[in-house]
Amino acid sequence: MSDDLDALRGETADALAAAADLRAWDAVRVGTIGKSGRLTGLLKGLGAVPAEQRKERGAALNRLKAELEAAIEARRVALEAAALEARLASERMDVSLPPRPHPPGGAGEGGIHPISRTIEELTAIFGAMGFRVAEGPDIESDWLNFSALNIPDHHPARQDHDTFYLPAGADGRRPVLRTHTSPVQARTMLGQEPPIRVIVPGRTWRADHDATHSPMFHQVEGLVIDRGITLGHLKGCLIDFLRAFFGIGDLPVRFRASYFPFTEPSMEVDIGWNRKTGELGKGGDWLEILGSGMVHPRVLANCGIDAREWQGFAFGMGIERITMLKHGMPDLRPFYESDLRWLRHYAADPLAPPSLTEGV
Amino acid sequence: MKFTLSWLKAHLETEAPLADILATLNTIGLEVEGVEDRGAALASFRIAHVVEAVQHPNADRLRALKVDAGDGTLLSVVCGAPNARAGMKGVVALPGAFIPGTGITLKKGEIRGVASEAMMLSAREMGLGDDHSGIVDLPEDAPLGESYVRWAGMDDPVIEISVTPNRGDALSVHGVARDLAAAGLGRLKPLVEPRIESVYPSPLRWEIDDPRACDYVIGRAIRGVRNGPSPKWLQDLLVAIGLRPINALVDVTNLYTHGLGRPLHVFDVAKVRGRTLTLRMAREGESLVALNGKTYALTPEDGVIADEAGPESLGGIIGGEHSGCDEDTTEVFIECALFDPVRIALSGRRHDIRTDARARFERGVDPALPAHALDLATWTMQEICGGEASEVSVAGTPPAWQRSATLRFARLAGLGGAEVAADEAVGILERLGFAVEARNAERVTVAVPPWRNDIAGGGGLDQAPGLAPERARAAAEGCAAVEPEADLVEEVLRIRGLDRIPAVSLPVAGIVPPPALSARQARAVLARRVLAARGMLDCVGFGFLEAKVAALFGETPAALRLENPIAADLDQMRPTPVASLLQAAARNAARGYPDVALAELGAAYRDPSPEGQLQVAAGVRTGHTPRHWAEASRAVDAMDAKGDALAVLAALGVPMAAVSVTADAPGFYHPGRSGVLRQGPKTVLATFGEIHPRVAAALDLAGPAVGFEVFLDAIPEPKRRKKGAPDLPAFQPVRRDFAFLVDAGVSAEAVLRAARGADKALIAEVVLFDRYAGDKLPEGKVSLAIQAVLQPREATLTDAEIEAAAAKLVAAVAKATGATLRG
Repeated sequence: MSDDLDALRGETADALAAAADLRAWDAVRVGTIGKSGRLTGLLKGLGAVPAEQRKERGAALNRLKAELEAAIEARRVALEAAALEARLASERMDVSLPPRPHPPGGAGEGGIHPISRTIEELTAIFGAMGFRVAEGPDIESDWLNFSALNIPDHHPARQDHDTFYLPAGADGRRPVLRTHTSPVQARTMLGQEPPIRVIVPGRTWRADHDATHSPMFHQVEGLVIDRGITLGHLKGCLIDFLRAFFGIGDLPVRFRASYFPFTEPSMEVDIGWNRKTGELGKGGDWLEILGSGMVHPRVLANCGIDAREWQGFAFGMGIERITMLKHGMPDLRPFYESDLRWLRHYAADPLAPPSLTEGV
Repeated sequence: MKFTLSWLKAHLETEAPLADILATLNTIGLEVEGVEDRGAALASFRIAHVVEAVQHPNADRLRALKVDAGDGTLLSVVCGAPNARAGMKGVVALPGAFIPGTGITLKKGEIRGVASEAMMLSAREMGLGDDHSGIVDLPEDAPLGESYVRWAGMDDPVIEISVTPNRGDALSVHGVARDLAAAGLGRLKPLVEPRIESVYPSPLRWEIDDPRACDYVIGRAIRGVRNGPSPKWLQDLLVAIGLRPINALVDVTNLYTHGLGRPLHVFDVAKVRGRTLTLRMAREGESLVALNGKTYALTPEDGVIADEAGPESLGGIIGGEHSGCDEDTTEVFIECALFDPVRIALSGRRHDIRTDARARFERGVDPALPAHALDLATWTMQEICGGEASEVSVAGTPPAWQRSATLRFARLAGLGGAEVAADEAVGILERLGFAVEARNAERVTVAVPPWRNDIAGGGGLDQAPGLAPERARAAAEGCAAVEPEADLVEEVLRIRGLDRIPAVSLPVAGIVPPPALSARQARAVLARRVLAARGMLDCVGFGFLEAKVAALFGETPAALRLENPIAADLDQMRPTPVASLLQAAARNAARGYPDVALAELGAAYRDPSPEGQLQVAAGVRTGHTPRHWAEASRAVDAMDAKGDALAVLAALGVPMAAVSVTADAPGFYHPGRSGVLRQGPKTVLATFGEIHPRVAAALDLAGPAVGFEVFLDAIPEPKRRKKGAPDLPAFQPVRRDFAFLVDAGVSAEAVLRAARGADKALIAEVVLFDRYAGDKLPEGKVSLAIQAVLQPREATLTDAEIEAAAAKLVAAVAKATGATLRG
């Protein structure tokens, strides 16, 4: 490479290093690759170079151009970072100061999300029936999410679940985002002796996203294991809950035979409503609302419970679904969008939590 | 699963109306997905005889008819149709009927002085096309008074049910009919048992090379067939349920796939290479061009049916194109095999092939049916295509499916909660095909019919890995003992109707229930409520977000990246709910709402283990406080976030005196305007601060933004102990103010702590009431003004005592922080 290019490279590097702020840096930039910058000048002069040298010199100039542009850009990034560092340092405050005695903006704007509210309500109602709340993690083993619940690998139900998978761990098995709250059934049975009476409200996940499906949603699971618990108790428990939750003392409730791998007998539960108006309790139409059944003997056995001594029931329902029905909310998607306007409209008063004495 | 009502009635002798059939299907677990009933809207229209047709006395273009609708009385009808004439047969609508083509309900009327008591219909008025050139003109022999749709064959509704994965037997019209008969809706018609004359040896022989591919297979050829389009009845049937008629031989296999739940396959004998069809596992590198036109690369886990040249069919899932039957087929070979349901399910899933055959084999087909089904298919093919049948070729042995199950009648109440008479229970089981082997007053033992592989099937346990051996064994025995009986209880209750089980409220241990929430769970509810009461809106965000965004907030381990995200921006489990909340704040700002206060009680994920999921109460505030006459609007700042975090900690019982602040907050905060709240040196209770400008810019958040996260799992469970007696001294407190000049780097907390500690017995409280940094002070200095409350307990303080205490305080603060008292 010719000497003049070497010189330009060296001088530009020095000038960039000397540029202490963005203003100085910009001067270097303009002076080098600006309209009348030195490099730009050399490029313009290429035409005057004898033809036999032109190719070689052109290539060298282009290499230098790329090099200088990169150096100029790198210096800008460094200067901006330094400027930001300086700004952050100058903005340092004493964070040990006591905060103000009251929240900014006042309290009235706050509120409880309808999903949180529904969970509080159903906890109050099932709590009155002697249930306690059990929990489990969102990331589960496939044994807890499927196998324990009598859904082996090849079971058609596995396909219906649209499962999200995480990379396989050390055991070679892929953890899943739980597709239902049912793995907490297994966790509970393995973690305590019967009698068991738990509900499990929580996040659940399925790879499905449209107007009526969200990839994350909420379910509440119920599990009762005891001596002498029958399908009659399952019906009574659900009827009691549904009528209390919706506040309709004579809400029609219908039970249909169905199938779930983890219950036997299984049933789907419908409530009476008016399909046209959405009004619950009357109208002669039926709306499917939850699935339930007597816990399958294989599920009990998988979790170490002797089905000759203990039996019980389980159910699961969608929290968004019952929330939408209760409040006449037409659309699922806004639940997760955190739109201020929607939240303000539907949020519940934090100072009036559901209580059986004041009404849920 | 779809079928027509007439197809059902070919298997079920019943007078039940459609509505009852549908209601019963729903009750017994064969949920009705839909009914398509073209004839329903026309049900009231009858075939009528026009007895007389004369010119209307007062209208040129109208005629006055006398019509017999079948009951002998003559109706006066005014009609404008040019083709209306005496003696013709047509379709009549009586008053009250809804006319689909015009959208009106017919009423008696009078047209220009002539009574019109009914209406003769055109095709368009019935909604059956565009023809409105005249009224419908039926043949002479159309039966007077008969329902028009019935006569026209349009009264055959198509019913679609969803069949649950356990009921392979209900993927057949015959199986559905059996269930309905058991529920009292009629009588199951037995299947025809044709006698097939075998006149020549089978041209193909079976060979089972690998029992994993197939346990048992039979087949038979028919030579001299004339293949071609199916007869209309068969085509209509298949079209009605959404299938495409192919040719007679193939259509017959579909007839039995749906009618009997017995998939069959037909090979064109002339196209099979060699004389042997081998059931084996596919070899590496083999592929199959299937009947759907697609090519599948087979694996050694796929069972195939192969001839000398290679796979001709992916057994039990889909046939091959090469050896399929077409119009030129003259000799057909019918395959009727039993495949392993699990292998079919896995192969079908591997290749993503959904066929009617797969749906049935993976649920399990009737293992006792092959011979009968082969005869039926042979018979039907011969009826349609002619030809003569060969002998049956067999390989393998039929599996042993015979088993029994016992029901103790008391269990119907004990498990099912229903008092059911023994005779009723046994009757239901018998109608479902269970054969009574033994019965006494307490119990009945029945033979399970071969098509019910879901009953008393046994096996299938997958017990928890860590279970104690003793417990595991007892639990497995318990299951084996009760499961077959539970299967029978389910059958009886299902068919009888679950609505007939009386509902019983759950018995409770005591009238006042124990708390439903543990202390830990109650804390979460309280934290949410505290934040909402501080003006924040409780949110629910997705637990995953875009990995690039997550990386702004912390580690994004590969172990927390979804393998199959539903969208590219939802692929990483979030490191903190603050990330979701800031995204939400940015969305709100983009809608014109830059000032938000959002909170979420949600999860942060550190690793995939249960312990790696943290319960976090998080919040963000952006923009400015509201404009108000009494209080100026200002930008939110780190102190607001600190206030939120401290409010949660205080509500959850964390002693405030034990909480200290360090300046090592995570990198998503402004490094000089954020802190970590700790209890002791190790326990991190919370973080708070202004959001780092770089993070805010990356999320398109223009204005100021602050946030916090409180780690609920880190907060020790509050001890439930009684409070001590309150401190109610008899003497008035004395308040003294002090203004200190300190180096700008000295924290207010250090000053307050030193002041408090100067005389713990006397100094009850110290608060900071002013902080000043400005040009009236020396460079690098800050003024901190505090108020100390001196609380005497023995006697009122003398001036000297007050002075002494003040001096002690000043000295302590000076020693700890280098502060000087400001002049």
